[in-house]
Order: sequence, then C-alpha cells, then structure tokens
Amino acid sequence: MAPDRSPWFTGTVEAVHVETARAKTFTLRLPEPLGHRAGQHVVLRLTAPDGYSAARSYSVASPPTGEPTIDLTVERLEEGEVSTFLHDVAEPGDELELRGPIGTRFAWDPSDGPALLVGGGSGVVPVMSMLRLARAERRTDLVRLVAAARTPADLLYAAELPGPEVTIAYSRAAGPDGRPAGRLAADDLAPSVAPGQRTFICGSSGFCEAAGRLLVGLGVDAHTITVERFGPTT
Amino acid sequence: MAVTRGFTGRPRPERDPRLPPGQYDAGDDWPVLHVELVPDLPPEAWSFAVDGLVATPRTWTWDEAQALPRSTYSGAIHCVTTWSKLDMTWVGVSVDLLLEQAGGVRPGATHVLVHSHTGYTTNLPLADVTDGQAWLAFEVDGAPLEPIHGGPARLLVPHLYFWKSAKWVSRIEVLDHDQRGYWEDGGYHDRGDPWREQRYHGD
Ligand SMILES: Cc1cc2nc3c(=O)[nH]c(=O)nc-3n(C[C@H](O)[C@H](O)[C@H](O)COP(=O)(O)OP(=O)(O)OC[C@H]3O[C@@H](n4cnc5c(N)ncnc54)[C@H](O)[C@@H]3O)c2cc1C
Repeated sequence: MAPDRSPWFTGTVEAVHVETARAKTFTLRLPEPLGHRAGQHVVLRLTAPDGYSAARSYSVASPPTGEPTIDLTVERLEEGEVSTFLHDVAEPGDELELRGPIGTRFAWDPSDGPALLVGGGSGVVPVMSMLRLARAERRTDLVRLVAAARTPADLLYAAELPGPEVTIAYSRAAGPDGRPAGRLAADDLAPSVAPGQRTFICGSSGFCEAAGRLLVGLGVDAHTITVERFGPTT
Repeated sequence: MAVTRGFTGRPRPERDPRLPPGQYDAGDDWPVLHVELVPDLPPEAWSFAVDGLVATPRTWTWDEAQALPRSTYSGAIHCVTTWSKLDMTWVGVSVDLLLEQAGGVRPGATHVLVHSHTGYTTNLPLADVTDGQAWLAFEVDGAPLEPIHGGPARLLVPHLYFWKSAKWVSRIEVLDHDQRGYWEDGGYHDRGDPWREQRYHGD
C-alpha cells in the first residue's frame, strides 16, 4: 500500500489574474512543491469563524515545475459557495487550506506517450496543465488538444492556448477559422485522433459524455478514455 | 482548521439530523460523477462474479441474478463531494446472499476489492458489506437503475461514501488484505464513513 498522503497545508495567495469575465487564476505559494502530475487536483477548504467548513476540488492549471507554487483557475458560479468567495473576497496575502495532489488516472506526462486532450469550459484547466508540460518539455508532437468554449470571450488562456496542436470550437460564436457556431462535433475531433493515444476528457458531465460518444463513434476504444466531471449535475 | 479570512459560507438553516457533517441535501437533484464513459451493458453482456477467498467462486448471468430473492434499503446516500440524498428506496440482492451462494468466505478473509465492468475498483472491509449492509442493486425509487447512475446494477453500501457503491459492478473479490481501489489509490479514504468524515487518507 502507498504511504498515506500529506494532510492539510496552507497556500498563500500570491497573485490573482483575471482570465475571463467569469474565471480567475489564483497563484498560491505552498510550503513546498506540490509534487503533482499534470491533470491532478487539490482540495481547497474554507473555514468560517463558527467552525463550518466547505471543501471543493480544483485542478492544478500549472504544470509540475519543482517550484513551490501552483495556479488554480476557478470559474465563478452564481450562488456557488466556494467559487464566489474566491472571486469576490480572496486577495493576495490570504491563506487557504489545501490538500493533495489527488487523482491517479487523470494524469499525464510525456513518458505516457501520445495523448488526446479534450476540455469544455473550465474543463480546459487540467488539460492545460498537460499541454503546458508538453510545451515545456518540447514534446508537443505527443499531444493534441481540443477545447470547447461558448464564445472567444469565454475561452480560458486565450492568449496562450492556440497553437498547431490545438483545435478550438465555439458553441455560440463563429471561430476565426470560419468554423460556424455549434456544439463540439465529430469533425472537430477527427483530425486530432491518432492510433496509440490515451484520451482525457474534462468538463461538465454532459460535455464529457457527448465528447466521449463522438470519439467512440470515431473508433476510439472506450477503455483508453479517462473522464473527469466537474459539474455537480448533467 | 484555520479560519479563512472573510469566509462565512451559505446561511446554515437548522441541520437535518440525517445529514452527516459537511453534507447538504441535494433534494430532487442526483448529481453524476464517474471517471469513465457510461458503458453499454445489455443483459447478454452483463455478468457478476464473487470470487477470491470464497469456498466456490461463481458467476451469475443477468437472468440468474434477476431470479435471486431481493430485499430493500430505505434511507439516505452520501457522496464525498458533499451532496446527500434522503428518503431513497433501493431494491437488490443482499451481498450476504451472494457470498452464501458462493459457499461462504474462507478463513482469513478480511476485505473485498469491488470491480466494475469499466475497470473501476474500490476496496472495503468485509465487515462493511455483510450483515445486511450491502446490496447488488437493480432498482431505485420504483424504477430500474438508469445507466448514468450505474445501471443495470451497482453495488449499494449506503452507510459509506458513495464512491464505494461501484457503478456497473462486475465482481466482488474477497481478499485477506486491504488492496486500494481507484480513488483510494488517489488519496481517498480506505473506509469512507460519512459520519466520521473519512474523506481522505488520514481523516
Ligand atoms: C476533480 C475536480 C476538479 C475540479 N476542478 C475545477 C477547476 O479547475 N476549476 C473550476 O472552476 N472548478 C473545478 N471543479 C468544480 C469545483 O470543485 C466546484 O464544484 C465549483 O467551483 C463549484 O463550487 P461552489 O462552492 O462555487 O458551488 P457550490 O456551492 O458547490 O454550488 C454548486 C451547485 O451545487 C448546489 N449546492 C451546493 N451546495 C449546496 C447547498 N448547501 N444547498 C443547496 N445547493 C447546493 C447548487 O445547485 C449549486 O448551484 C472541479 C471539480 C472536480 C470534481
């Protein structure tokens, strides 16, 4: 059996970066490097003065670097207990309790071989960590990333994401490449499918199931697909 | 636990005593969380086995499993992601009966590793799946279990966090040691008692 993981530790908010109208990236300074694999997540716990606490999972957006900092990108959900606190209250200098890294199968590094990464909405976060790692290690030959967003204004990491290994599909706006507005379709995925790939899909439950069905329809073996669902419901 | 500056949390009404600490009542909502695609499991593709440290390992086809006597669980389920659902009614075959039909467990049996048709696994102490505490469940609230919730059959261990109740369950492997499953290997608790908030290792 693996040794038990670390308990809770403190991350200090070092910087807050506005990604889109609904998403912010929080850079946290940790006591030591997290030691995560790209794709893994942490659990973040907030505690009220009366002892009440709320814990939620957040994917690490930054790749493993050996540095004692991580980036979390959080989408603000109306009425959300933790995401609204992070967006509306948290600021540099604040201390947040964390634990992790957590997750085994939703993790990748170049030694795992070719990977197809599919992210919808905030589901782009963990696959961005994988893409960043591939770029840092100059192994973009191994990855293809397909990102889905509502409009260009909703796309996370809009300045950094595009590249020859990346396809972007907007559901409610035409793309700069002339792609008409529409849900992710088989044609968006097909050019990125290659033999020997592992596939990682992340997003709302509905997005994951739809993207997975499309890939299975394109001949991808369901057993090579790993899914991480963010949303509480379909 | 260190107090987080500026955090008060949602207004907290009188807590329903049926809710373990840190849980909220999802009401009519039934959130969906699993790590794989919903598998296609028509009756002819479905099977269920009990093996490992049992006297006579055995496998049931869909029709054989449907013919087994059923029992009912009425009550709550609790997901580690903090939602609970109250007042559910589940129907299935007691794990006690399945173990009995496999000739009973052999001396030294202490744990089970539960497998799913998708490759998902989860570990539990044997004592948590015996004595009327666990089922191979086929129906919920008067209807067949939907594929998205683990149908046609999932394990049901309602007194533990719900990741232990493996969807699309295919096999219970009886072991003489604790062997971690999918989430347990990734940092989640080996037992997962919601009343003790056993969410992660060390809780
Ligand atoms: C492995 C994993 C990784 C994730 N990574 C990311 C990420 O990188 N970025 C990101 O933005 N999100 C991520 N998420 C989602 C994240 O964990 C939270 O679910 C999300 O931020 C919403 O939390 P919240 O507290 O703001 O909303 P919540 O307060 O949880 O509310 C969400 C919904 O749940 C219901 N709800 C919750 N609590 C109550 C209550 N007490 N009473 C009534 N209804 C309630 C409501 O319907 C509400 O609309 C991830 C999730 C998982 C499982």
